[in-house]
Amino acid sequence: MIRDRRRLSDLLPRRRSLWIAFLLLPAAAIMSVFVAWPLLSAFRLAFYRFDGLMPSDFVGLENFRQVLTEAPFSDWTWNALHHNVIVFCALMVLENGTALLLAFALLKALPGHRVHQVIVFLPVVLSSVIVGFLWKLFLHPLFGLVNQALALVGLHGPAWLGQESTALGSIILANVWHWVGFPTLVLLAGMQRISKEVIEAARLDGAGDGTLLLKIIWPLLAPSVTIVTILTFIGSFNWFELPYIMAGLTGSPGGSTDVLGLYFYRTAFGSTTTGIQDFGQGSALAVLMFLLIAGVTAIALRLLRRREVEL
Amino acid sequence: MTAAVTQAAGPALDRRWSVQTGAIQALLLLNAFIMAYPLVVMVMSSFKTNAEIFTSPFALPQTISLANVEKVWTETNFVRYLANSVGVTAASVLLILVVGTMAAYAIARYKFRFSTLVLMFFLSGMTVPLKLAIIPLFIQLDTLGLTNSYAGLILVYTAMGIPSAVFIMTGFLASLPRELEESARIDGASELRVMLSIMLPLARPAMVIVAIQNAVPIWNDFFFPLILITSDNLKTLPQGLTVFMGEFTTNWGVLFTGLSLAALPIMLVYIALSRQFIAGITQGAVK
Repeated sequence: MIRDRRRLSDLLPRRRSLWIAFLLLPAAAIMSVFVAWPLLSAFRLAFYRFDGLMPSDFVGLENFRQVLTEAPFSDWTWNALHHNVIVFCALMVLENGTALLLAFALLKALPGHRVHQVIVFLPVVLSSVIVGFLWKLFLHPLFGLVNQALALVGLHGPAWLGQESTALGSIILANVWHWVGFPTLVLLAGMQRISKEVIEAARLDGAGDGTLLLKIIWPLLAPSVTIVTILTFIGSFNWFELPYIMAGLTGSPGGSTDVLGLYFYRTAFGSTTTGIQDFGQGSALAVLMFLLIAGVTAIALRLLRRREVEL
Repeated sequence: MTAAVTQAAGPALDRRWSVQTGAIQALLLLNAFIMAYPLVVMVMSSFKTNAEIFTSPFALPQTISLANVEKVWTETNFVRYLANSVGVTAASVLLILVVGTMAAYAIARYKFRFSTLVLMFFLSGMTVPLKLAIIPLFIQLDTLGLTNSYAGLILVYTAMGIPSAVFIMTGFLASLPRELEESARIDGASELRVMLSIMLPLARPAMVIVAIQNAVPIWNDFFFPLILITSDNLKTLPQGLTVFMGEFTTNWGVLFTGLSLAALPIMLVYIALSRQFIAGITQGAVK
């Protein structure tokens, strides 16, 4: 019987094509309509003036000119960008620095290290909304847990989110608490991939923990460091949920916590106070943010990859 | 801590128990405290009254009062938000698994023209943050009448999940041996049958990774509902929490209860499946 002996190649070509098309079509259709098309239009829309929700006139680079050079828009843009840079630098030092130390400590496999991994990763699975509200309550100047704890040792805590000098720093610290488990476990996995022989050999040559970390682990950890750095960069420039929950849509107090994500959202979807909505300027901001993230990521990948050692 | 004690016989023991080891252990304990204590206070405070929270924030609750839970359960839309989150997350993950696996199966198991190109098309979605395309996406959904609906939200999440699902499933399915399906075909099984009863059961571990990797960010997402959903009855939990926190600003006991109840489901699932969660979430970065 032919039927029993049929193989893939014997299938009617037409039926085989139909079967493959049937498998591919749903995913391809959803991707095209909800990812590919919006992404491509995002670039086009930045060159239009909008009338409500629909593009009306082609205005060339006008939207870009406004957000980059025309006050007050440009002031907001540069103020927000400045804060994104601070967030990135602070997270690199505080979050990833802590993560590196923790990963190195966990590498020693002391009693309790597995439980510790589960605990340190616990906040990572929570929504930014929960983390943001929780720390907003804890940072309350009078009744918050933090200032109550400081009062126990006789210190008078600041207003944290209530004053310009400490607001951004407070949100950054909440972010460190939320995410530190992620780089910790990524770096730990990277350290565990370094071969035992290399580490033992260094030990036999009399290397202490400091030398081991600086001279052996750090260079060999380069691929993981690259990934963590790039993810931190993307995360810092897409920062939105935590400042939105903890400081509000306008980056209060006084714009001291405003970042590009908040400014973009206000421009595109209207702030609660003004209700003005400008899809043209918003699209220009989105394109600029995309180019910034893609550009820096590409350059950083090239630079960081160069220091990765092949083993 | 019993599980941890048995792990102690690792590389640690042949090192001398120096001051340094003690210092490292102290550092880890301090860190564990900083990570866990805020969550402990959150849960403890949900049993307290306002007065209790303000005067003795560190103490255990004097009574196990469920008054706050009852208030959240009956006087707010919390249960509705919770149900919406469960429904939207389950539907999105299911859709991602079904359409993602179908596409990956075609790419991994059949040779056809442009298959590399098709794979590239899917993978291109992995690198771009869809949030930055929210304006055209919003216009698109508005044109299709999908704003302020479950369907719009689910389709957006599905579209975001497909690239990594196709990536993981293609890698896994391509590694399965060809002999299995060949012998089934010789026995006369149809292509559909080969896929459903021979190949896909073997791909279950990869499906678990895909499911967790997508379920966590979808469950936690705040950005897309914020823009796409306006009716209170359609709001998901993170978005609903902002409504709830606005209504009860001065009743801290109720606020902590809302946060605890919102955090509880995912925390319990995480503690039960921590290994899979950690693998699923760090997967992309560790590769």
